[in-house]
Amino acid sequence: MRDTHSTGAGLRTLSLWFALVAIIALFFADIFLYQPDPWIELSRIGTGMVTPYWPDISELAISALHTISFALLGVAVSACLGVLLAMWFHWRAVRVFSAVIRSVHEIFWGLLFMQVFGLSALTGLLAIIIPFSGIFAKVFADIFHQQPATAVNTMGQADRLSRFIYGWIPQAWPALSSYVRYRFECALRSSAILGFIGLPTLGFHLETAFRQGDYSEAAAVFWVFLLIIGTVRFWLYKRFLPFYVLAAIFLLPEMPPVNASFIWQFFTQDLWPVPLQQGDLSGTLSWYGRVVSDEVIPALIQTIAITQAALVLSGVLALMWYPFASRWLVGRFSLIGRFKLLVLRSVPELMLAYLFMLLFGPSALPAIFALALHNGGLIAFLLANHSEDAADTQRIDSASGVVRYFYQDLPQRYPAFLALLFYRWEVIMRESAIMGVLGIATLGFFIDSAFEEIRFDKAFFLILVAAMLNVVVDSVSRRVRRAAGLTTPRM
Amino acid sequence: MKFRSVVAMVVALVASSMMSTAALAETFTFTAIPDADESRLNARFGKVADYLSEQLGVDVKYIPVKSYPAAITAFRNDQVQLAWFGGLSGVQARELVEGSEAIAQGYEDQFFKTYIIAHSSTGIEAADALQDSVKGKTFTFGSKGSTSGRLMPEFFIREHFEAAPDEIFSRVGFSGDHSRTIAQVQSGVFDLGAVNYSVWDTELKEGKIDTDKVKVIWTTPTYPDYQWTIRGDVDARYGEGFKQKVTDALLNMKDEDLLASFPRASFVPASNDDYAPIEATGKAIGLLD
Repeated sequence: MRDTHSTGAGLRTLSLWFALVAIIALFFADIFLYQPDPWIELSRIGTGMVTPYWPDISELAISALHTISFALLGVAVSACLGVLLAMWFHWRAVRVFSAVIRSVHEIFWGLLFMQVFGLSALTGLLAIIIPFSGIFAKVFADIFHQQPATAVNTMGQADRLSRFIYGWIPQAWPALSSYVRYRFECALRSSAILGFIGLPTLGFHLETAFRQGDYSEAAAVFWVFLLIIGTVRFWLYKRFLPFYVLAAIFLLPEMPPVNASFIWQFFTQDLWPVPLQQGDLSGTLSWYGRVVSDEVIPALIQTIAITQAALVLSGVLALMWYPFASRWLVGRFSLIGRFKLLVLRSVPELMLAYLFMLLFGPSALPAIFALALHNGGLIAFLLANHSEDAADTQRIDSASGVVRYFYQDLPQRYPAFLALLFYRWEVIMRESAIMGVLGIATLGFFIDSAFEEIRFDKAFFLILVAAMLNVVVDSVSRRVRRAAGLTTPRM
Repeated sequence: MKFRSVVAMVVALVASSMMSTAALAETFTFTAIPDADESRLNARFGKVADYLSEQLGVDVKYIPVKSYPAAITAFRNDQVQLAWFGGLSGVQARELVEGSEAIAQGYEDQFFKTYIIAHSSTGIEAADALQDSVKGKTFTFGSKGSTSGRLMPEFFIREHFEAAPDEIFSRVGFSGDHSRTIAQVQSGVFDLGAVNYSVWDTELKEGKIDTDKVKVIWTTPTYPDYQWTIRGDVDARYGEGFKQKVTDALLNMKDEDLLASFPRASFVPASNDDYAPIEATGKAIGLLD
């Protein structure tokens, strides 16, 4: 095969296959085009965005500090755990463990821990630390894997720990720390979004204000959040990190008392269906059978259909957008493009979905658009960085503009683009699950309902199903990347 | 460095949790989610906490929560001892915490009701009963666990049509909030919606509703809704007669500024039995076991 086909042709075939799957997925997704009359609401949102208002600045400042504290501590702890897991990533058990813990969305971790630790700092931290450790483990392991082994080979009989501490880690340090920095931005978003379920971060106020139609207040919170994300590189200095971490611990919200008997009850009783606790085998089977046929199967079809459609649309948008944020391609106009991408990747998907719902009515369509816009914006941002970093290929006779994009930049970026897209695959899957709040019957819809009906046994089972789905997607994605010869892109 | 910061964090977490446990031992904590206007909960309910503290002679603290399930969890885990619940969430909470009791409800909650609203493009007019023309339209409830936005309207719809909502309507959504239900029906995202009457009346008065686009087409019969529920063990922990003191303090709350946070005209006595119809309805539509 390799003799007759170039790498480019292989990647093209792969891309076309994914596009075909996405088109087929659209037939399965719950899509319907309504014609709402959204202009009153949209004009209120528009007016709100340009007239941000918040009556109590200190309240907003405290939520902003909570948001940063959760993100900073969450990343600090999970990066350390991630390194530890990555050191033993050649063990299948560690790989599976990492895949499982990162396959559950932060919101679902948060909802689970909230039942035990209440609305406490511990709930928020664990909801970030657990999935992030799994993500760090995977990416760090990839980074170590790509390092040349020359230096470590000279260490002879040194044990595994020494090889990492004196060999792999120092050698991979630039790649590791740049990934941790990127992940910090993701953690800020996660931290904010945990406010949606009640933790005292910016999302708490954003969700309330937006849901109740107080768009000026929602805008105030949103601009503050955008400012934090947009200015990370101006205030997050490595040498101040110890100071920041101490400050973050100090700033965490206080812990309500935790009753150990509830923790025990939660894990031994609440999470399991009654027939299982009573040892009634046929009752247990019929309980799980009912949940699978009524909820799991229809939800899986929707979740997968939405994910595949959103994945390909994200890719198309990313390729369309990234040149406008790269100064090699559009010169100083790239600042406008960069701002657009900053907004797109910062707006929580649920809010984008609500906007699209106003335009297109309630169906899977708003969810697909929202996921595609958000993830497309994120991939475009990373590609634009790659494009700008490729400055050394800039020669005096280099082409510019459209010619450079099609004949030089795009072909060079394409392998990294596909690799990034496949990395986002499992992320899109996780996020499509929480789009259930739009009333589309994804897994998230049923998980949300189960929590609402205080049926933790069902919620837990559905979360496990969502996790397994993610593990499968993750492993398919790894195989596709390997088969296509794609290496881990820099983030 | 990183290792040391982890240790520092763990120590700080443990220390802070122990300190707050000690401090909260005598503090009486409550939570409340108003049916409309959830802005600045801390400031508004902080005043209610001050009032209760004055009346009860103990430290009273308010903690804001986001949703009914979160309020129920906090109540069950004893992170709050008193809560302002909706009809259904109160029943759910009392089922989980043995000995807990409904002690007071809003004056309006004795005869609460839900409006079914419709976008003008449907051409449906107000009537004494739900009309067959609603069939096949799109419909949104409020929050999934809401009594006025979900439970009671779903019950009356099922009773009238003898069918489940997703068999009657072409699509059923959950907006998550009464204000948002109004916004979504007004903008035609959904043809019909079920909304808490008091939220509708308030927004109508504030001029937020364009009656050319959305109007009430049916009003449900009345049912009991929001109430204060208290844990059964408060007398043992805060002193004999504490439950009665809390009840009296709530019933005697006359300050309009405080009452406006809920918003209710006043509080009147209530008991668990008042909510038997809600429990029966919850069981009938499968929201309660």
